[in-house]
Formats: sequence, C-alpha cells, structure tokens
Amino acid sequence: MKVAIIRFPGSNCDRDVYHTFKLAGGEADYVWWSKRDLSSFDGIIIPGGFSYGDYLRAGAIAAITPVIEGIKDAVKDEKPVLGICNGAQILAEIGLVPGVFTNNINAKFMCKWTELKVKTTRTPFTNMYSAGDIIKMPIAHGEGRYYNDEIEKLKDQDQIVLSYEGENPSGSMEAIAGVCDENGLVCAVMPHPERSSESILGSDDGLKFFKGMVNY
Amino acid sequence: MRYDAEVKISLKKGMLNPEATTIEKALALLKYQVENTKTLQIIKFSIEGESEDIVRQEVDEMCQRLLCNPVIQNYEIGITPEE
Repeated sequence: MKVAIIRFPGSNCDRDVYHTFKLAGGEADYVWWSKRDLSSFDGIIIPGGFSYGDYLRAGAIAAITPVIEGIKDAVKDEKPVLGICNGAQILAEIGLVPGVFTNNINAKFMCKWTELKVKTTRTPFTNMYSAGDIIKMPIAHGEGRYYNDEIEKLKDQDQIVLSYEGENPSGSMEAIAGVCDENGLVCAVMPHPERSSESILGSDDGLKFFKGMVNY
Repeated sequence: MRYDAEVKISLKKGMLNPEATTIEKALALLKYQVENTKTLQIIKFSIEGESEDIVRQEVDEMCQRLLCNPVIQNYEIGITPEE
C-alpha cells in the first residue's frame, strides 16, 4: 500500500502522517496540490493543518485545487481516502463525505485528548477495532462541530465512524467526530490518529487506522 | 461594461453562530444589552460583463462553487454598474 500524502500551503501534519504510515508498514510519498494524476497510488491521506489560512471556510480553497480531481478519480477506483482534521474539513467541502465541520460551539480552538467510540468497523481504517471500542486520540481544531441536515440518513446508512465519548468538545450533532461516505472508503475524522500511534505520545490507539489501511 | 459585485453570506436560519454569541457576551460586559446578534461575510469585487443579468449569473455560479457552503449558508448578490 503506497499512499499519497497531499500537501497544501498550510498543511502541517504531513510529516507526522508520513512517519506513522511507515510505522504501520506502508509506503508514502508527499504530493503537492497542483498534481492532477494520482493513479500511481493505492490510497490517499489528506493531513491536518490550516490550508490556505482557513480563509473563506476551513478547507474551502483546498477543495477547488487540481489534486482534488485526482482524489475524485481515486474514489471512483475504490481506493481508500482518509482525511484528518483539516483533511476532514476538505473532504466535507468537496462533498465526498456528507455534512460540514464548522466552528466549535464555544468559539474556541480546542486542543486536548478525547475519548472516542468506534461506531462502525466497515471502513478500512476501523476494521481492526471492534464496534464500541473506546479509544484515546487528541483533537486540535477550531472548526470541528459536525452539522448535517440529513442526520437520520447518516445513521441509517452506518456512516458515523467515530463519536466523542463523554464530553462533546466541538458541539457536534450526535457527538460526531468522524464520518464516511456511503461505501465506507472515504473517511473524514477530526481527531488525530497519527498523534496517538506510539505509546510515547500518550496513546497508540490510532495506529490501527493506518494498519487497517495498509492491509486493505 | 464593468460592474461592482457584492456577495453577502449569512448562516441559514437556526444555525448556531458561536462568533455572534461571543460578541454579544462581550457587548454585555460593556453593559450593552443586545439580542439577535449575527455576523455576516461580505465579499466585494469588480467584474467585466455584457449585462447585469449575465454578471449576476456568473457571480451566482461563484457562490455555488466556492464562496458559500449551501449546507449551512445563504447568500445575497448585489450587482451595480461601476461608478
């Protein structure tokens, strides 16, 4: 499994994701936003950061760059696509996952450890967990409040991937922290699995996200 | 002909606006009691086009493709001939 790690001006978790994906046994290359053809890769990760300064809306400007067409092609080819934090906001802006991640209910940038419940194991990123597992991963975002005007449809179609357990730090609907598309191959999560993939970091609960992707 | 375009972006009715809530609380600290505080985004630019209608159509397309997120936002477009 060789993944493209997409870089935009303002991406800042790209090296962490690269390190973690190798740790999980995969291969990775950095890809700049202007690259249109991603056909040589088996999967895609859009890392966190503040692409284009979060201007307009978080992820809005990244969502219209040439690399997005390559990502759409990868989705058509049923390759796994993971968006983390700003990457999740970008996937929602493109419409590859439903809904939107908007400003936190308390208007604050939230940077803290959270406990999360694994809601579905049908995605490549969560198939090494058991449904209902409680895992520990950190968040670091100002715009993580999930909103979707078709929330029942999301539940019916098993598209909720992670939800906050206990405190709902962003004020998300249904305490949602991560969602996927209908077939479960495109996954958008606000918490950072790459920052919780080695016990020295305080948790290695996130590593299975990448191991699952490597094994896909 | 050149036109001045103005796009006014607001949150849809019923959407929470944490920024507005924070501003309202800050105003209360200064002893101003206000209600229904809202924040809006205004984007302005000038644009060349054959007619006001054609320009409006083009700006509407910009709103749908980039400037707004229809899941949570509404927009109003104003087009006036450039002075």
